[in-house]
Amino acid sequence: MSKAFVDFENVWLAYNDELLAQENFAVEDINLSVNQGEFVAIVGPSGCGKSTFMKLTTGLKMPSKGRILVDGQPVTGPLKISGMAFQAPSLLPWRSTIDNVLLPLEIVEPYRSNFKTNKEAYMARARDLLASVGLKGYEDKYPWELSGGMQQRASICRALIHEPKMLLLDEPFGALDAFTREELWCTLRDLWEAQRFNVILVTHDLRESVFLADTVYVMSKSPGRFLVKKEIDLPRPRDLEITYTPQFTDIVHELRSHIGAIRQTTLQASA
Amino acid sequence: MSKMKSKTIERWSPWIFLVSVVLLWEVICSGFGVSEFIFPSPSRIGQQLIEYQDVILGHAWRTFWVTMVGFFIAIVVGVLLGFIIGSSRIAYAAVYPLMTAFNALPKAAFVPILVVWFGIGAGPAILTAFLISFFPIMVNIATGLATLEPELEDVLRVLGAKRWDVLVKVGLPRSMPYFFGSLKVAITLAFVGTTVSEMTASNEGIGYLLISAGSAMQMGLAFGGLVVVGVMAMAMYEIFDYIERHTTGWAHRGSQN
Repeated sequence: MSKAFVDFENVWLAYNDELLAQENFAVEDINLSVNQGEFVAIVGPSGCGKSTFMKLTTGLKMPSKGRILVDGQPVTGPLKISGMAFQAPSLLPWRSTIDNVLLPLEIVEPYRSNFKTNKEAYMARARDLLASVGLKGYEDKYPWELSGGMQQRASICRALIHEPKMLLLDEPFGALDAFTREELWCTLRDLWEAQRFNVILVTHDLRESVFLADTVYVMSKSPGRFLVKKEIDLPRPRDLEITYTPQFTDIVHELRSHIGAIRQTTLQASA
Repeated sequence: MSKMKSKTIERWSPWIFLVSVVLLWEVICSGFGVSEFIFPSPSRIGQQLIEYQDVILGHAWRTFWVTMVGFFIAIVVGVLLGFIIGSSRIAYAAVYPLMTAFNALPKAAFVPILVVWFGIGAGPAILTAFLISFFPIMVNIATGLATLEPELEDVLRVLGAKRWDVLVKVGLPRSMPYFFGSLKVAITLAFVGTTVSEMTASNEGIGYLLISAGSAMQMGLAFGGLVVVGVMAMAMYEIFDYIERHTTGWAHRGSQN
């Protein structure tokens, strides 16, 4: 059909058989196609199934109905071509920053088999990656010696070290203060500009989604459905200044009104 | 300056407290003229310790190595069982209730049974030390393995990590602070187990010394035996505390800063 890199065709998911029998779905009728190298953001109220969507994309969960193709292949199990980062950096406290970043290489093939022989090369790769997010000089520090923003940078490096084709981010900047968050937007933007991997960013920050993404999807809450697809045609590369232009604000407002509409309808439904 | 001073006081506080307790004890015993058959004074206990030092040393050595053998078995069995029940939900559900019931049994009650099986001697003492001390080790290893952040597990599973990878890379290192913490508790319990067993099922060891000194009304010697067990347990506790602080410092970062 299309040459989409990630392709959801009428995907439904219920968490277990019981819920399936009751037709109680966490996400419903998801149709989505993401092109190679596209930056996609998914926004919606909390509890709307955004994280479920991530689990479907990585193959950690199988859809109850419909099918998911990634890179032309049906997803049948965990997808090693993806890297993930979450709101909590979840770095291992007994490993130094660089060893944390190297962790995926100790697990995923083909790196796993030759990890010992190529360790020097991988160390160099990890150092470069850390330097590119501004963590030069912190390689041998332990996670608890880093600030929250630095830990999150290291966490993103860990997600990227095995050069995944797809980066999945689940509210990665949610726990950071506003200044650090904007700094990390730029870090992510630069990484993406340089490597052009696919990104699926789950967030509830509309400015974040508009600033970073090519396409923003708005999701509704229970059932989780995609309501709106919005292409962001702001020119790239984007600078932080762009977030203060009327053009940018208009898009954010438009998306905001969709979210507002969702809230109203759910309130009416529950009333 | 004053911060330095309070640090020095904190460092020496256990010794200061110990000395004050001993002094108070001495003063009360001599001041009220308490009979040494009822409650011997520290000086009397010290005198007896020196007088019988050869005998006490022999018994103390016996208690020490018996405890260490039992404790070593407890580490092996505790780590293995903890690993099994911590790494599988089914094993956890199946084994845990029975283990809790077993742990509730008084271990002294096992001594007569062990005597029937192994006779009087080191056997029952080693096994009592083992039975009493493996439980905390097992529980702590299992807890360390079972309480893994789900997100971290997702990160690794996506990469194709097997259950074993997650256990070895994350679970085991994570449970190390729990493990060393449990060793500190377990070693003191092991001394309790050995001593209790020796009191009824041995002709050697501090437990035996306590019983024979008591029946001969040598209260100073009996108290001396208690002091020796206490000192041995405390010394081992400090050793494991030292090892813990120097191997899993990452888990105590708050107190280091």
